[in-house]
Amino acid sequence: MELLDFARGPALQFGLYAFVIGTVWRLLGILLLAAKPDHSAPRKRGGILAALKVISSRSVTAREFRQDTLYASVLGYVLHIGLFVIVFLFVPHILFFKGLIGLEWPGLPNNVIYFVGVITAGVGVALLLRRMTHPVLKLISNFDDYFSWVVTMAPIITGLIIPIRFGIRYETLLAIHILSIAVLLTWLPFGKLAHAFLVFFSRGTTGMVLERRGAKT
Amino acid sequence: MKDERTLGEVLLAKGVSRRGFMKYCSATASLLALPPAMVPRIASALESARRPSVIWLSFQECTGCTESLTRSSSPTLEGLIFDSISLDYHHTLQAASGDAAEAARHAAMEENRGEYLVLVDGSIPLGNPGYSTIAGISNVDMLKETVADAAAVISVGSCAAFGGIPGANPNPTGAVAVNELVKDMPVVNLPGCPPIPTVITAVLAQFLTFGQLPDLDHYGRPRAFFGQTIHDRCYRRPFYEQGRFAETFDDEGARLGWCLYKLGCRGPITYNACATVKWNQGTSFPIESGHPCLGCSEPGFWDEGGFYQPISTARIGGGTALGTAVAAGAAIGAAAAAMSRRRQAKTIKEG
Repeated sequence: MELLDFARGPALQFGLYAFVIGTVWRLLGILLLAAKPDHSAPRKRGGILAALKVISSRSVTAREFRQDTLYASVLGYVLHIGLFVIVFLFVPHILFFKGLIGLEWPGLPNNVIYFVGVITAGVGVALLLRRMTHPVLKLISNFDDYFSWVVTMAPIITGLIIPIRFGIRYETLLAIHILSIAVLLTWLPFGKLAHAFLVFFSRGTTGMVLERRGAKT
Repeated sequence: MKDERTLGEVLLAKGVSRRGFMKYCSATASLLALPPAMVPRIASALESARRPSVIWLSFQECTGCTESLTRSSSPTLEGLIFDSISLDYHHTLQAASGDAAEAARHAAMEENRGEYLVLVDGSIPLGNPGYSTIAGISNVDMLKETVADAAAVISVGSCAAFGGIPGANPNPTGAVAVNELVKDMPVVNLPGCPPIPTVITAVLAQFLTFGQLPDLDHYGRPRAFFGQTIHDRCYRRPFYEQGRFAETFDDEGARLGWCLYKLGCRGPITYNACATVKWNQGTSFPIESGHPCLGCSEPGFWDEGGFYQPISTARIGGGTALGTAVAAGAAIGAAAAAMSRRRQAKTIKEG
């Protein structure tokens, strides 16, 4: 079996199944947990609107911390928006999703994607350097942080190399790119990258709890 | 009877002009990525070369490879050069049949021992010798007997090079490629369904000129012709980069000549010279005619999924498998939550 056949066959299949199993497992494992007993009378109802409010309000850094966290916040946004553009607006990726879920949407020209890819990769490196040099971040970082960075950046870097080639055959680079995605999918639900789907649940839960207690959100 | 005329004499007798001959030599040098300084050497070698003996074996094939070489709309110079080799055995083209044909093959082998070329089109069935026989001889026996004293073997077309459609899943005849059976001598693969005629004659020309076979890639294909992808040299490539794609075969994009990636074009993963050498005296190639590249010069191209599925389409099984994955994840998640609840209840109970 050729490397490309292995990558887009069994390897991607394994990665996708691991991603689906892991995501459903983590979500249900958390959502089905027993709620902590709350013995005080609620100040407010703390429903879904409270959850949505905090999901929205915490997407922007509080004014008090804005100056101190500006660098990380801006780069964090650029990284995430870049990832979204690369993953969901590159035409070959859209065709991959179409084969998977049957839905298709308009994409961007390749050159725009390559530009965004370079910016995203650069921002990723900048954030890694900050993590490695900032005294507090460095202290609290563990294997999960660094490995998650590697598996996130690997598909971007390998994807950017495909049009350049460096003398390597297209199908070999494509296979390596797909293999890196298979690794990312396998790791995503089990490490800190799980924030991709847990972030809204955790923020929403925080919002509901805080509103019940009458805190400002 | 052995023809002692040189190739130059044969071409002259056929009315090929010096200018036309030199044009062919220049084109061959260019195709083989040789410097212009090599053109006189190619011309001199071709002019003085004795007509090489060629034995063409056709096994499990459709005759498309022979058709590709012989059915051009007007005689081309490469066609004339092909006519001018001493084609001593070819089922489709030779007048002799039965014992006389087999006698011609044996005579050619005897007279040109160690010097003749064997061109093979079609794959060889190993499942049962009776699946494909010629004059009562199985394909595998005929191949082994014929290549024993050959100078080199050239696999013409994807069936001979990689097994082709007879070797496609489920491969009912146990078809194999030539290089799976011929291990002790050079085998050049010229895949394609059919292969480009110019590529066949250019490889013959290189053999006649330099007495050696071209530099090959890891699939045994000449790098000069199979070194770049169709996508690399496709005139529609700028549309790919701009994100302009034909969505159907008759939409605005198709009429404007936009990229055929969404219609299943395998140009990015197919190595061949179609986009540069082209077909029918350089008229066009499939993409130029509005059809995606099928990837016919790549191994196993029949089994690479639907021809009209984009190459980035995932091959991960059906929705049932994904449904099973969701159910498995749900079961593990529910079990994990239940265990956690039990621990929590125990902790509360123990105070």
